[in-house]
Amino acid sequence: MKKVYAREEVCIGCRLCELACIVEHSASKDIVAAFKREEKRPARNVVEECGPVSFSVHCRHCDEPPCVQVCISGAMVKDTKTGRVRNIPEKCVGCWSCVMACPYGVIKRDTNQGKVIKCDLCPDRDLPACVSACPNEALLYEER
Amino acid sequence: MKYVIIGNGVAAIGAVEGIRQTDRKNPVTIIAAEPYATYGRPLIANLLRGKIHEADMAYRPEAFYCDNKVTLLLGRTAAKIDIAAHRVLLEDGDKVPYDKLLIATGGKPFIPPIQGKDGPDVYTFATLDDAGKLDALVGKIKQIVVIGGGLIGLKAAESLNDRGLKVTVVELADRILSTAFDRTAGNIIGKRLAEAGIEVITENSVKEIVRKKDRVKGIILNDGQKRGCEAVVIAIGVIPDTDIVRGTGIETNRGIVVNDYLETSVAGIYAAGDVAEALDLLSGERRVVPIWPNAYTQGQYAGRNMAGAGVAYKGGLPMNSIEFYGIPTMSMGMANPAGAGYEVITRLSPEKNVYRKLVLRDGVLVGAMLIGEVERAGILTGLIRNRVKVGSFKEELMEDTLSLSSLPGEIRAEQLSK
Amino acid sequence: MLHQPITKNYHDFIIERDPEKCIQCQVCVRQCSYGAHIYDEKEGRVTEDETRCVGCHRCEALCPTGALTIRRNPSEFRENALWAPQFIKNIYKQADTGGVLLTGMGNPYPYPVYWDRMVLDASQVTNPSIDPLREPMELRTWLGSKPDAVEVEMKKGRPKLTTNFSPQLQVNYPILFSAMSYGSINLNVHVGLARAAEELGILYNTGEGGLHQSLYKYGKNTIVQCASGRFGVDSKYLNAGVAIEIKIGQGAKPGIGGHLPGEKIGKEISITRMIPEGSDAISPAPHHDIYSIEDLRQLIYALKEATDYEKPVFVKIAAVHNSAAIASGIARAGADVIAIDGFRGGTGAAPTMIRDNVGIPIELALASVDERLRQEGIRNRVSLLAAGGIRCSADVVKAIALGADAVYIGTAALIAVGCTVCQRCYTGKCPWGIATNDPYLAKRINPDIAHRRLANLVRAWGHEIQEMLGGMGLNAIESLRGNREKLRGVGLNELELNILGIKHAGA
Repeated sequence: MKKVYAREEVCIGCRLCELACIVEHSASKDIVAAFKREEKRPARNVVEECGPVSFSVHCRHCDEPPCVQVCISGAMVKDTKTGRVRNIPEKCVGCWSCVMACPYGVIKRDTNQGKVIKCDLCPDRDLPACVSACPNEALLYEER
Repeated sequence: MKYVIIGNGVAAIGAVEGIRQTDRKNPVTIIAAEPYATYGRPLIANLLRGKIHEADMAYRPEAFYCDNKVTLLLGRTAAKIDIAAHRVLLEDGDKVPYDKLLIATGGKPFIPPIQGKDGPDVYTFATLDDAGKLDALVGKIKQIVVIGGGLIGLKAAESLNDRGLKVTVVELADRILSTAFDRTAGNIIGKRLAEAGIEVITENSVKEIVRKKDRVKGIILNDGQKRGCEAVVIAIGVIPDTDIVRGTGIETNRGIVVNDYLETSVAGIYAAGDVAEALDLLSGERRVVPIWPNAYTQGQYAGRNMAGAGVAYKGGLPMNSIEFYGIPTMSMGMANPAGAGYEVITRLSPEKNVYRKLVLRDGVLVGAMLIGEVERAGILTGLIRNRVKVGSFKEELMEDTLSLSSLPGEIRAEQLSK
Repeated sequence: MLHQPITKNYHDFIIERDPEKCIQCQVCVRQCSYGAHIYDEKEGRVTEDETRCVGCHRCEALCPTGALTIRRNPSEFRENALWAPQFIKNIYKQADTGGVLLTGMGNPYPYPVYWDRMVLDASQVTNPSIDPLREPMELRTWLGSKPDAVEVEMKKGRPKLTTNFSPQLQVNYPILFSAMSYGSINLNVHVGLARAAEELGILYNTGEGGLHQSLYKYGKNTIVQCASGRFGVDSKYLNAGVAIEIKIGQGAKPGIGGHLPGEKIGKEISITRMIPEGSDAISPAPHHDIYSIEDLRQLIYALKEATDYEKPVFVKIAAVHNSAAIASGIARAGADVIAIDGFRGGTGAAPTMIRDNVGIPIELALASVDERLRQEGIRNRVSLLAAGGIRCSADVVKAIALGADAVYIGTAALIAVGCTVCQRCYTGKCPWGIATNDPYLAKRINPDIAHRRLANLVRAWGHEIQEMLGGMGLNAIESLRGNREKLRGVGLNELELNILGIKHAGA
């Protein structure tokens, strides 16, 4: 399946990917409105910086996803057709088991909502928002 | 090929999904005494607390069973396995033939021999029906005692407290959450529960449940203290429900003993979940570790192997994540090790309800405990699971800024290229 | 605090932040390598220190809401035709520091740009124009010394060339990437240049910083440079490319050497330059073994010996008053190609006074060199490369009509990968990740993107050159070379027209 791969060597740490993610998952899909007038939700990826090194971490949509195995409510599911690991927010109860299980640390707590938030590979788009926002082509959406 | 699963816990769902990875065609039958399809068992606390509705309990959507060609025999109790004839006998006399059988009967609440335990007003907290019964008490009674200060007991206490009952928790050990957590963690949570109005009594136990005209009126503790109450919840823990295999010759110890392929001593019969004594990742021993993730994963491996995939189960890792009144609480691996040879690093900020603990053995991370600050906790779980030597960067793992960049470059690169 | 040191009072740029649009995302803070954008933790908002802004526009380019505009600081001194603001500000700076003023890129002052005073011819009625989309149009160029005449012998009824040619370089476009050293720009840019040159079938030039191990594979598209510091020069290096360039001078700083400070000599640069880590890389002003044309000839032939006479030797000089005579000497010293770098040419670092006041325009130097070599009957012995301030394909066409065989582009190539010509290359903090070896900044050049953009630029210019050639009724770049009849001057005086060897428009 196609996933988002980060190229550490050309990641410039601008975090535009995070912004794009937040905007894409906002109600208005407008950047100014999303940040100024909507409740702030975390981005679904994590940009890490360590000295000159920076890279964005994205859900790997694992073949045997630990987050799905530990989910107590059935909110975290692996779609057998698309291969995507998806969180159904209506079912999530905020037990944070998936936060505990994800070895990439890429499932976040949205404490305002009391639910977790994770990458959904932007189902409404051909190219995930983070990938199209990256100004340096440090994110690739491809099949490997 | 006919697959039969006894039990409607998450191991059953894991098994169906495991079978279907290999075998998309042959029918699966699930037999369960409970009249419900698989539900998120830990969610009974959320349900009782009023945070979710019964309709949200289903672990998989209704279409799941139809899509996966699963026949549900719900509210039907499996009484006996006829190994020679390859069939399960139901209490109502029906016979269900199988080629591959999975025993996923789970655990049953352990009820200690307390005087006065038998009779009305004493409850357990393990099933949807249990939650329903306790829910029915709300508004009718004022005081309730929960026996057991483990995860289940405390979740029951939290829910009942939220529903307006005066709750007292009685725990035998010197602290609450004694199985997976340590004293410091127990204190933080205990304090939080007390702030919320729950009375927590430790190093004590209920000697007697006092009844008047058969109805519960209170309890007497070992040291003579008394508490008035109109109901008691016993939530000490679960023991493997092995009744079905009694007399079949299937090997049991504490639970049903299974090999690396989750197969019991009888070929073609598998066991998974809280009933099974399966491989434990860290100790390499076979143990009953009755936690949700292990049940699902064991079920899935059992299912794959029932369908002939021949994949060895890598072993389960104990882990718990739960939140008490806004304090996220996690423990992974050997977070509370017994014996020598462990390096333990801790960081405590009691005013912020933050506690962090790492347990290393020979430089390898084997356990972690996180209270209050749990962001990216799974990175630690991954390190434990992969037996990574973390000695050189353990300090970074103690920070709340825990990140993949703390990891050596090659490990990180390998992870991110997946 | 309102009071600041005098130099800070008159900063060059102001940062306008539209509060309606700013979402406090701090992309600008992370992108500005000069610290002009600051996140105020206490206030929870982004602020700015405009004294630090160099006008590179990186923040503006990456601001996701378009909240930023970088403007010239409108605070103006009293009008004075002599004491223009830059002189006043420079004096403040030097009074502060006591140091030489440094700068980067090329001479920005309003000297005449002769490209803009020359126009091209086009066919009308009598000499029909050619449509390059329908008919062949040759841009291929051969660089190298050509013989005075060719001899052909008939063998078995077929003609056979008997003249021995000096080595020739075939390039698909009359455009090469000029010398920019690894050190002045980083490896990512070099990779982009090398890959683009490979794809285009042209050449890039290592500059004087040696050749990084990972770039040896692009040898077929590489000119290796040998400059006064001899950095990174050994036999393997000399044989790594298809040509060797002796750098005598650079248009941006004629008569001046180079200095890459020790703190910029990291591990990879140290290995590539073959000097100790942390040591200053000083290129002397002259080659200490060249004090005459005869000395130059010795070096040219030493290099030819070292490479079995298989590789053409280029000699690059800055355009100065005497370029024509010097070029004649260089041709006679045995060079195959002469590169002339005009005073608009860029640099990673140069004293401001030198950059802005030394050297002459490439247009005049090129015309005079070409003319002189023709007069002496030795034009065929060398190819001419024009460099320093080529901005567009029309400049290329005009340069070739003035007598160049091809051009070098440097600044244009850097602009293609993001440079905004802020002229702060010498700080080593290039926010566009070009003129920097800071690993945090250098990542901003993705070699894949650089490669693609550079190749696009040259291809685009190629199309335009073909259009212009076709319009003039020419179907090969060869037919344009030195064809000054295709140029006319506009608003030039007689002396300028004479030097350029062109007629005035209308004549």
